[in-house]
Amino acid sequence: MNQQLLKFAPVAIAAALALTACNRQETPATKATPAPEPAKAAAAPAADVIKIGHVAPLTGGIAHLGKDNENGARLAVEEINAAGGLKVGDKTYKLDLVAEDDKADPKEGTLAAQKIVDSGAVAVVGHLNSGTSIPASKIYSDAGMTQISPSATNPKYTEQGFKTAFRNVANDNQQGAVLANYAADSLKAKTIAILDDRTAYGQGLADVVERVAKQKGMKVVAREFTNDKATDFNAILTKVRATKPDVVMYGGMDATAGPMAKQMTQLGVKSTLLAGDGVCSPEFIKLAGDASGILHCSQAGEAVEKLSKGSEFVDKYKKRFNADVQVYSPYSYDAVYVVADAIKRAGKTDRASITAAMPATKYDGLTGTVAFDEKGDVKGGAISMFKIVNGKMEYVSTVR
Amino acid sequence: METFIQQVINGLVLGSMYSLIALGYTMVYGILNLINFAHGDVMTVGALTSLTTALLLQSMFPGMPGWFILLGALLAAIPVCVTLSLVIERVAYRPLRNAPRLAPLITAIGVSIVIQTIAMLVWGRSYMPYPQLVTNDPINVFGATVTQTKLGVIGLSAVVMIGLMLLVNRTRLGRAMRATAENPRVASLMGVNPNFVIAATFAIGAALAALAGVMLATTYGVAHFYMGFLPGLKAFTAAVLGGIGNVPGAMIGGLLLGLIESLGAGYIGDLTGGVFGSHYQDVFAFLILVGVLIFRPSGLLGERVADRA
Repeated sequence: MNQQLLKFAPVAIAAALALTACNRQETPATKATPAPEPAKAAAAPAADVIKIGHVAPLTGGIAHLGKDNENGARLAVEEINAAGGLKVGDKTYKLDLVAEDDKADPKEGTLAAQKIVDSGAVAVVGHLNSGTSIPASKIYSDAGMTQISPSATNPKYTEQGFKTAFRNVANDNQQGAVLANYAADSLKAKTIAILDDRTAYGQGLADVVERVAKQKGMKVVAREFTNDKATDFNAILTKVRATKPDVVMYGGMDATAGPMAKQMTQLGVKSTLLAGDGVCSPEFIKLAGDASGILHCSQAGEAVEKLSKGSEFVDKYKKRFNADVQVYSPYSYDAVYVVADAIKRAGKTDRASITAAMPATKYDGLTGTVAFDEKGDVKGGAISMFKIVNGKMEYVSTVR
Repeated sequence: METFIQQVINGLVLGSMYSLIALGYTMVYGILNLINFAHGDVMTVGALTSLTTALLLQSMFPGMPGWFILLGALLAAIPVCVTLSLVIERVAYRPLRNAPRLAPLITAIGVSIVIQTIAMLVWGRSYMPYPQLVTNDPINVFGATVTQTKLGVIGLSAVVMIGLMLLVNRTRLGRAMRATAENPRVASLMGVNPNFVIAATFAIGAALAALAGVMLATTYGVAHFYMGFLPGLKAFTAAVLGGIGNVPGAMIGGLLLGLIESLGAGYIGDLTGGVFGSHYQDVFAFLILVGVLIFRPSGLLGERVADRA
């Protein structure tokens, strides 16, 4: 009898493992992440250091975007320090960036948020994804700590009534509308197939596109789903192909969109691929290879080369990190300056004073003038459209 | 109809790769009663080794034809995977061969994490594009679209699996493997060296994993340090579905799982009137697994094996 039971033990364990599978792939990465938090000992408020948190995924499929955000913030912190630090009252402080990894996972996002709160940071720039920013915003709100996301575009993020949640990019109500209008007016599409990766961001954006596309009189011929870790899209693309859409819209990130574009060409799907900011990166071109030409995509914000100080930023970034700007580093860069500006105006370095100073922000930065509406959304956020031509991102237009 | 044929082809491509990986699980289980959870990660290492080799060959001999580079990459991946697998067997599993069943299982999970971490340290954390070595132009077959890569995957898998069947059923080594699976002690009394047979089993499984890894990476055009994890899990499911320990079972289980996934994603929405969408494709696959295990606990082709002494 006992032997019988033992015989099934491995299978039972395997089943249990299967259930927790999605998390496990992330476990090994944690240890190797070089979390730069040297100032652990400086927890005493008397030290002349102001800590600013930064959270983004540094492991997993979109680690390159997370690193890009972190680099932007780091560049700003280093500039402020190199210029002598931040003067508050009669004291000068150095800034210290406390960087955490949320693995683009909502659960991990709240853990990382708690770590940031516990580290004694006065404000946080992040998170990258809407799916992590939204659950984390509750934790920052409870701690009374300002959170500026440079890239979370899901409208819900600022609609929860938290006084601490801000973003300096346009939201997906705007972005989705621009994408749907672009499909109808510029691409002259009559039919559209909509796919998403079931994340807060992907699903949210796809839903807005679906709504606006219907208002525009386009026919939504297919609505299919995948997940943010998938690599095989043949089954859903085959289904989409049968409906012969003019445009295939994908709400998701570049790590999945790259292989998806490849599979579209392999299956002979003749439609244009339309996607939001999560896909609009050099990384997509790398992953999609020859198939990258089918993409038209939007970025929530002005194209970096269209910014007045944009090329200067690109050069600085390249010199410091030996890498190319992906998407949102100009925004995380500005977000740090917005926090620094709020600290200066508050004249104090505690969380409550900074949060109180935030709504009055009017900061003239790299990405334009940053000011917030009553919800915490950036005023006059821009959406830029791009298309990929010969493996290069080509700017099309900006909608404000 | 076109769509149906296409979905079947999609399923066969996916299923062929599952089958190749599932064989590695099932052969090891058949002989050692061990679920080698590191198997999926051995596949990752194979894919990443082939990626590095392919890039190296491309830069060294720019004019070389793509399929030749691919062959070179595969030939580099196989010995690396085989060596890795033999080292794992020697270091992590052999000392535990007579330990309670749970010990090697937990060790296998540990080994899997170690390999993943090493792969991450060596190849980095981001997704890497796999060079397109064989043309990806669509070819029309009965209204369905395939590429040379996909045809290659299906064809090569079939050849390899037939070869494996011949090896297991017709050769001396195959007979030794079957004997060891049935009863290792009696087999060793008959002059079979169990250590050699077990090592050979691991080596064959690893070679198949290397092949599957190269196929996965070329078909989808990406590679990353945990790419083997989910396919490994699915392949394990396929092995259980077919009857773990049973070689033809793993082949059929893999193909079946691929077909279920692809047809499930393709038709589940229409069949349920839109209540369940294509995001339920995995649920569908695992429901079938649960069903099979309830009604046929030993899997589709599995037979009740006498308890080992």
